Amino acid sequence: MTSAGAPAERAERTDREHVRRIGLIWLVLCVIAMPLVYFVLGPHLPPGNDSYQAASQQQDNAVLAVIATPVFLFIWVYVGYAVKNWRIPTDTPVDQIEDGPAIRGHRGFQITWIAVTTVAVLGLFVFATVEMAVDYGAGTGSGTSPIWTPAGFSTSVKDSKLLQVQVIGQQWRWTYRFPQYDGVETADLVLPAGQQVQFNVTSLDVIHSFWAVNLGVKADANPGVNNIAFVETKAVGPVDIRCAELCGTYHGAMAQTGQVMTHQDFDTWIRGQVALHQDLIPQLPAYDDFYVPQTDGGYYDPSQDPPPPVDSGLPPASPSPSGSPAPSPSGTDTSSPSPSPTSS
Amino acid sequence: MATDIAAPGVDTGGTPEPPSEARTRRWWRRSGLPAAAVGAVVGYLIGTYLGTWVGQDNQQVQGMGHNDFAVTLGYLGGTVGWLAGMGALTYPVQKMLGYQPAAEHEHERSLGRYFRYTLDHKVVGVQYLVAMISYFLVGGLFALAVRTELLSPTRHLFPPGKYLEIVGEHGTLMMMMMTSAILGPFGNYFVPLMIGSRRMAFPRLEALSFWLTPAAFLVLLSGLLIGGFPAGWTGYAPLSIQATQGQDAYLVAFGLMAISMIVGGFNIVVTVINYRAPGMTWTRIPLFTWSMLVTGMLMSLAAPVLVLGCYLSLMDRTVQTALFDVEHGGSPYLWENVFWFFGHPEVYILALPGFGIAAELLPVFTRKPAFGYRIVVAGMVGVGLLSFFVWQHHLFVSGINSDMRPVVMLTTEMISIPTGFIFLAAIGTLWRARIRLTVPMLFILGGLFNFLIGGISGVFLSDVPTDAVAHGSFFVMSHFHYTIMGGYMFFFFAGLYYWLPKMTGRMLNKRLGQVHFWTLFVFFNSTFLPLFAIGELGMPRRVFEYADSLQALNMWVSISAYLIGVSMLIFVYNFLKSTVIDPPSPLPANPWGSRGLEWFTSTPPAADNFERIPTVVSGPYEYGTGAGPMAVFRDEDLMQPEGVS
Repeated sequence: MTSAGAPAERAERTDREHVRRIGLIWLVLCVIAMPLVYFVLGPHLPPGNDSYQAASQQQDNAVLAVIATPVFLFIWVYVGYAVKNWRIPTDTPVDQIEDGPAIRGHRGFQITWIAVTTVAVLGLFVFATVEMAVDYGAGTGSGTSPIWTPAGFSTSVKDSKLLQVQVIGQQWRWTYRFPQYDGVETADLVLPAGQQVQFNVTSLDVIHSFWAVNLGVKADANPGVNNIAFVETKAVGPVDIRCAELCGTYHGAMAQTGQVMTHQDFDTWIRGQVALHQDLIPQLPAYDDFYVPQTDGGYYDPSQDPPPPVDSGLPPASPSPSGSPAPSPSGTDTSSPSPSPTSS
Repeated sequence: MATDIAAPGVDTGGTPEPPSEARTRRWWRRSGLPAAAVGAVVGYLIGTYLGTWVGQDNQQVQGMGHNDFAVTLGYLGGTVGWLAGMGALTYPVQKMLGYQPAAEHEHERSLGRYFRYTLDHKVVGVQYLVAMISYFLVGGLFALAVRTELLSPTRHLFPPGKYLEIVGEHGTLMMMMMTSAILGPFGNYFVPLMIGSRRMAFPRLEALSFWLTPAAFLVLLSGLLIGGFPAGWTGYAPLSIQATQGQDAYLVAFGLMAISMIVGGFNIVVTVINYRAPGMTWTRIPLFTWSMLVTGMLMSLAAPVLVLGCYLSLMDRTVQTALFDVEHGGSPYLWENVFWFFGHPEVYILALPGFGIAAELLPVFTRKPAFGYRIVVAGMVGVGLLSFFVWQHHLFVSGINSDMRPVVMLTTEMISIPTGFIFLAAIGTLWRARIRLTVPMLFILGGLFNFLIGGISGVFLSDVPTDAVAHGSFFVMSHFHYTIMGGYMFFFFAGLYYWLPKMTGRMLNKRLGQVHFWTLFVFFNSTFLPLFAIGELGMPRRVFEYADSLQALNMWVSISAYLIGVSMLIFVYNFLKSTVIDPPSPLPANPWGSRGLEWFTSTPPAADNFERIPTVVSGPYEYGTGAGPMAVFRDEDLMQPEGVS
């Protein structure tokens, strides 16, 4: 396969020597880079260590980065080596260029390549599936009836032993309902630390996506759908909340900061909220998996509003920041208010 | 050069026609741009009038204060008028009414043919080339506006609504128009040349596919005049139904472009299958042509789904079908599924042509046979097939089909195996090669570098736990810019620098080309690498406000983006200078020393490409194997008029 025409001293080298040199450079770089990526960069990768799901996503990010490193290095080293060693002057007249060796393929190399990529891909698939199963959907929205669930979970709100938080997206803010605490609806997200939480994510209007950045939670908020995501919080601290799906003009402003508190602080806070909204809670629609706003054909018609309750003249529970009246939730199931088990 | 015989596809019995009636009409009655402009206005007015009449008593129209019937029908009427004015309907209508249509004269060499509805695939190729570069530059201007807004997290250049309109225009222009950025110019121009054909299978459909693109482009841009569309290029449903009438512009424009894709892609497929020269066996087809074949198949299979989606969405917006409306039994998942069922094959429509150019040019600039020809073909076909089975990875966190996520994850990760074949081929071809770092070769290597980053970042998105972080963030945005802008458009430029000498007889300035490459390469990476970090650190896409802590990175990105703009200006200057301003300098017939069949014709090619149909006797990449020229021209193949040979 060696041929004349290349610079003399390089043409001396056999295929085997080239392979050895490329392999050596690549190996050395891999040995240096891979531990650096995993041990130095890895612990700083997003989304951090604020929940078990976030930690496992960070772990997964680090693993993928470590696997990607030799791939990047191989291509870069190889192409760099090839260009450096086998390059001829760019302006060589075309009739004076000698053709390269007529290599149409190399069975061993091709089989190795296909085998390695296939094994890597299948390995990643198994790894990610296991991560998803172990971490109950790895913090992602897993639909109405998730298959990987923590102990104590039940699709029925009453029976589920986890802390239930309903996340309601609407243009353009988030509100949260706590069915285990009288179904109170709050404007802020507060969670207890070290707690298995079940987010029930839904929307009143368009598609939003609830993204609790440092908890590693992302779940689309679809109208008419209850999208469940699990997270187990770790330490006390703030939670960055964003909307990750374009939802209209103020999509960029649907950012919020929640809190993870100690269990005691959380209890104090939620009791305070229940007390604060004592008069509002009966006016909320009964807690449900989702709410279908009763409007006529997508635009707001005040004549369709239910008559306001006689005994209190308070405004509706969900404030609309945009100035234009947003459709307020009014439950389809108006038969009876939920039993609302109050925590002891 | 041009033998004076019938234009391809026109049955004139071989006798030159006298100047037809069409030629003697006054300029504004002649088919062409002026008549098309008049037709578009008249059609728009008729459509709007009809729409106003249909919609005036509609309760919805009265409640919303705008009439989507009028806007939609106006756009559709305008498009029909535009096409009629261009002359797209003349031939089929005359045929349908039983007349013998007048012959088109496609042998004229005047500049005017570039502005007409023409049957010459090479003219269509040049039309596509200029148009695609223009669309690309306009889309790029919107990107610069986006980056200017993101210079500061709190100070705003645009109101948030206007910002979303700009983001949507940028995204839609790029994702929609650029689908044909390689298939349009290079596919239409070079596929017949590469397979030894004198023509495309359906010249009129080819012209139709081109003349739909300016219509789609103008409709999309005009959306800005009527309030823009807030739903981005993905147009997710409840938001798009809620939006004002600018959304109709998006839906009509995307639908028109989808029809253009169907027609153009289908034409390429039929041409490659049926119009190959003798001896052009399936294993001798150039790899670029293979990529065009697979892309054409993807286009003609995936784009109909987009037409359907746009149609459904327009129905919801006009006649209130409530297909996406939960309140009345619809589902927002419907649009997501329909859109991505088109959308994921589409991203391979935006990748495979680039692979084709890379695989085609590497042997030329390494003077070696293509390494693993069959593997590359298998890779392209494999990517094409698998691309129809991965669309739900866009819905990993949406809550739909969550039990199926491992399966989608598997298909998505599997697609990286055939995609990897292009790197396998590149590695093999570079082995002990005679590498010439010409400008096209620089763009190939740069494109491979970028596509590697784009591809590997894609693995992070195909993996559910890491997608939980990256989904909907700037990470995704950076990922697809790496594959499309960094891969596809780099390969587009490689093709442009490589083939322009064939198309125009002029070589782009080499020095300026190198400056263009290095500035683009450096600033492209400097723009989009930080965006991976910005996304992972919690910045969602399409936001006008972001965390203070990300300002420094965002400013860096914005400044780099301006410098991409400067690099593009260098390219535009080079393009205009080398093709229009400078006098042509004599150019060797085959400046790169390629074996490809397209270099066997005169430069620029004669009207019917080959005086004699070539007989292909060896493959296109037989460098160093001692094989003779790829094709021979035999006397008995001297070109005969259509219908005789």
